[in-house]
Amino acid sequence: MSKLITLTIDGKQVSVPEGTLIVDAAKKIGIDIPVFCYHPKMEPVGMCRMCLVDVGRPVIDRTTGEFSQEEDGSIKIQFAPKLETACTTPVSEGMVVIGASEKVKLAREDILEFLLTSHPLDCPVCDKGGECPLQNLTMGFGPGESRYLYDEKMHLAKQVPLGELICLDRERCIQCARCVRFQDLIAGDPVIGFYQRGRALEIVTYSEPGFNSYWSGNTTDICPVGALTTVDFRFGARPWELNAAASLCSHCPVGCNLTLNTRREASSGGKMVIKRVMPRQNEWVNEIWICDKGRFGYHYTEARAERLTQPLLRKEGKLTPVNWEEALEVVANRFRQASTHQEEISQSPNENGLLILAGGRLANEDLFNLRTLAESVGGQTALYSHMAGGDLVAQVGLGEGSNFSDMGAGTTILVIACDLEEEAPIWWLRVKQAAERGATVIIANPRATKLDKSAHFKLRYPYGGEAATVMAMLNTFSAKRPNLPPAYGEQVMAANGETMQKLARSPELQAAAQAFANAENSVILYGSEGIGLPGSQALAQACANLLISTNHTGRTNNGVLAVWSRPNEQGAWDLGFQPRNNLKQTLRAAKALYVVAADPAGDDPALAETSDFLVVQDLFLTDTAKLADVVLPAQAFTEREGSYTSGERRVQRFYPAVPALPDCLPDFKIAGLIGQRLGLDIETRIPSKVFNQLAARVPDYATLSYARLAEVADQWPVVGREDLYYGGTTYQNRQGLGVQLSPSAQRGELTAMKWQEPPNLPESDDGLLAVPITRLYDRGQTLKYSALLARRLSPACVILHTTEAERRGVKNGDLVQVQFENASALASICLNEQVPVGVVLVPRSVGIPLTAPQWIKLQLAERVKA
Amino acid sequence: MSEMLLLRHRDIPEIANLDTYRQIGGFEAFQQAVTRMKPDEITEVVKASGLRGRGGAGFPTGMKWSFIDKKIYPHYVVANADESEPGTFKDREIMEGNPFQFLEGVAITAYAVGAQSAYIYLRGEFWQLARKLDQRIAEMHATRLLGDKLFGSPYSLRIHTHLGAGAYICGEETAMLESMEGKLGQPRLRPPFPPSYGLYGKPTIVNNVETLTNVPLIIARGAAWYRTFGTEKSPGVKIFSLSGCVNRPGNYELPLGTTFRELIFEHGAGIPEGRQIKAIMPAGASSSLIVANEQALDTSMDYESVPRVGAQLGSASVIVIDNSIGIDWLVNKTVHFFKHESCGKCTPCREGTYWMAHLTHRITTGKATVEDVDLLYEVASQMKGKCLCALGEFSIEAVLSGIERFREDFEARAKQVEYSE
Repeated sequence: MSKLITLTIDGKQVSVPEGTLIVDAAKKIGIDIPVFCYHPKMEPVGMCRMCLVDVGRPVIDRTTGEFSQEEDGSIKIQFAPKLETACTTPVSEGMVVIGASEKVKLAREDILEFLLTSHPLDCPVCDKGGECPLQNLTMGFGPGESRYLYDEKMHLAKQVPLGELICLDRERCIQCARCVRFQDLIAGDPVIGFYQRGRALEIVTYSEPGFNSYWSGNTTDICPVGALTTVDFRFGARPWELNAAASLCSHCPVGCNLTLNTRREASSGGKMVIKRVMPRQNEWVNEIWICDKGRFGYHYTEARAERLTQPLLRKEGKLTPVNWEEALEVVANRFRQASTHQEEISQSPNENGLLILAGGRLANEDLFNLRTLAESVGGQTALYSHMAGGDLVAQVGLGEGSNFSDMGAGTTILVIACDLEEEAPIWWLRVKQAAERGATVIIANPRATKLDKSAHFKLRYPYGGEAATVMAMLNTFSAKRPNLPPAYGEQVMAANGETMQKLARSPELQAAAQAFANAENSVILYGSEGIGLPGSQALAQACANLLISTNHTGRTNNGVLAVWSRPNEQGAWDLGFQPRNNLKQTLRAAKALYVVAADPAGDDPALAETSDFLVVQDLFLTDTAKLADVVLPAQAFTEREGSYTSGERRVQRFYPAVPALPDCLPDFKIAGLIGQRLGLDIETRIPSKVFNQLAARVPDYATLSYARLAEVADQWPVVGREDLYYGGTTYQNRQGLGVQLSPSAQRGELTAMKWQEPPNLPESDDGLLAVPITRLYDRGQTLKYSALLARRLSPACVILHTTEAERRGVKNGDLVQVQFENASALASICLNEQVPVGVVLVPRSVGIPLTAPQWIKLQLAERVKA
Repeated sequence: MSEMLLLRHRDIPEIANLDTYRQIGGFEAFQQAVTRMKPDEITEVVKASGLRGRGGAGFPTGMKWSFIDKKIYPHYVVANADESEPGTFKDREIMEGNPFQFLEGVAITAYAVGAQSAYIYLRGEFWQLARKLDQRIAEMHATRLLGDKLFGSPYSLRIHTHLGAGAYICGEETAMLESMEGKLGQPRLRPPFPPSYGLYGKPTIVNNVETLTNVPLIIARGAAWYRTFGTEKSPGVKIFSLSGCVNRPGNYELPLGTTFRELIFEHGAGIPEGRQIKAIMPAGASSSLIVANEQALDTSMDYESVPRVGAQLGSASVIVIDNSIGIDWLVNKTVHFFKHESCGKCTPCREGTYWMAHLTHRITTGKATVEDVDLLYEVASQMKGKCLCALGEFSIEAVLSGIERFREDFEARAKQVEYSE
């Protein structure tokens, strides 16, 4: 707890921690000191001079060291001869700040007059109008007239693309440097900068493609004028015409809080459409930021030409539109048959009745109803996922009250098998910022990733050695902990060869292990870099073991965090859904297969052979849906209510933003309607009722309710509305911060360590090891309809090192046939020096069917002329 | 002046030759400092000498050295050879004519503040000079005057030159440090000041070339000797760069306390073609305009006296203006200079110099009214006290003093037409 300093601002007294800047101290007591270049999330620069105030300090008598006094006994205050910038001046004891004087008032008018001399009269056509700090501060503090001659205004380029996502208007820019500083210091991508000097100072981008950063959209939120706008929203609508609906991002497990701005408009045929995606403040989750995938990747919900709008039934080999009655009738009958069948063959474990394969994009309410349905007919559930460990997260995950913002010196964060900026961008940002506050970061990954810059320890293990690396770290304390099976570590390490053994014995790994064990707080994030389900199972278990053995469970800011690939995989695990090894056999064996929000055939054609009866419930006619007997159209998350459980086990609500597409129903309702036809008492209409049932049945969720999830609290910094000049146009959060669950370890339940063998990779004959990796911009269903991102999506490629390519006689850009065990695919060659020799990286969701590491062969298919 | 202290090449033409310089006692002060004096002792001598910064600010040099943070290392010394103030050309002559005394000054300063690396930041246009300095530094290395373990002591020192790229603002010490670090040449926030947080965030002493060139003689001959020149509060000698409407422009090394009259009419041989002196700019383009009356001409040129006639001594780049010059024309020149050189970081300077340039252009081309002259004054006043660094603050000095003291020049071409509302 740092020392408190008391000062007076415009006659009001305030006490704030030492080091607080005057402008923040004033904000805390509701006094607005206008700023442009200052942003509460960044170091001040004192450039715009808008926040000039009169600062007086007590005079200290040099002989006595005491405060000098006036005749009447009050402390003598000496004001500086010049005004000082409130944003760069920290408070000091007894300081007197005056913002409400004539001198300061004139200074603010002067600065605004200066800024407006060359600022164009664009308000009628500028996107920022209505949520513009320059407009607001001019109204509040500006002079009534400008004395500058219109003909002498500087004219500059007005539609400069900084990449294809962001548009710059050079005339509007007031050179506040917020965007440049954000990109440099927060986003870690210094791809924009200043060029020239004086009045000609302008923003340029240095990268190819332009503004090459996953964070570029955030600069449009903090730009105090309409200089930086997104191409997505440019000339789209006026902010005051927009409705604001609170939602959650559906792309990754961070669970960023969003505000979806919508408008009913003639140009969309009278429909209500989403005009833009904005961040909503939640300092426990995403602070005030979102990544560009969340910001620009929502168009799939509105791809009306491609969205399913009617149930389809296969009649005479063709999928034909039918009404819900008919479709549900068929489904219910076949499920009933399958359940009877299950009873008959219940002795034989190999044949199943009904199998529900659910994806991680479903809300908790959907998953709960599906589970109820499955249980009632003796069926089974499975989670469509290549990652394991959700059950471990529920036991030894982050303690309740955990917040990355509170992690700093004294915390060690291990990130293993994860390219964090690609898999969960906001977590990359949060870990990076924790490192800047003193947290020790250990990165364990076979290749370099962006987080390396923040790392204190870098452990490069060979692909396949994920769990072994964690076990090696555990082994460094095995002398003190005799309950470890002695031979385990050696056996695991032998399987991965010399590289692994060298790493295990290296001083770097020993030091990293010590840093992990001795830290006050330790957190592990594990991803899915280069591993499939079996590898993930071993890794998750190893991570849990490491935390348990070093006593970092059951406490705030301690525990394990899985970097899932979809927003609600943790919720699915909490509700009893788990992935299956041998998915192909499982799918084939089911008598009736109900696939909800998953596309196994699209990811891997080998999974296309399915059961007798296939029902697919989705937004689009996916490859799996094309094989189905019945296709049921579901609503997108933007059209309905529900809740997601984030990777940090924070349960959050999302609200409907647009009316549902006609004849689409929410997933929980469809499952409920089927259940009703099977005689179940199951809620089909009100999501909060489903949630209450869920809370009654799932112990960890017992204290939750929609009301509780909607609770909010004051957050710092203030953003939006009348404070948008200060923190940006991020929306205030009035719809709910969500509630974080506690892991069972926090309730005192002990989790035993288990020992799981990682998968053994068979020996190869000079083949290449293909490993799956994640790219943020892949070619999945959720991104392919965002035309704006088309050029940034990862191509269907395989990435390898130059020497490997040379050895096999292939060049950058060549088309090759990739031969897997049971399949082959066409891909283009992409060279990258970061890829270890002998390895080929294959991005997921680009059309190449690889779910787990495999030895492959490459064959040149077509040489592409350079 | 019987003997030059700084422009010694005028007395000793071969002084730019290392052997010659050593023959007359060069580098003995450095050797004495490194082998027989403690760093703090040197700082005390320089403090006692009363030497003040010669780059324009006039800050006591020894005091600046004593501010260096002794808890953080390494330390750096940077010699400010950016010399871009219009009317200033003294450092160039020093570095061309008497380079080794300058380099010895850098070396002694580095030793005094505990720096093992020193840099010379030269304006980009001095690339030939920088190359010559590199040669001279190489000669010093060859003769063991630079490098490791000098004179058998544990002290090591290396000096490097670094070129700017044509920005006046990089003469501002923190903008200079930014430029050296490879970043945009824009001034930093102060506090913290370079002695606490300088080059690469380490404690750094930045001194002007002329200031540093004084140091070897102060160490060799003592503080008391130095005080025999100049005045009590402004001791020592100063190179006055005289230019403008004078018969003999050039650098003149004279003791501080010399009058304007002596500099302009004796050394400078007065105003050409029998014209009358009208105004004096003592600090280059960053000056207020002194009305060149008798009182002004008899004013002593030192840091205390010049303010009494409404200006600062600054870098003592004395520009003389005679009655053939319209002050509006002159101010148009200075304003355009500052507009061109403004770094753009802070609003008042970036927008204000631009606006003033438009106004002075219109005034000098007869397209402005009397109200525009008032407006120019107001715009300049609006900038005052609000800028991030001295460039903005000084850019208005000529404007404000010009209009206050020579208003008729500005109104001479004013349009008589009144604008209707």
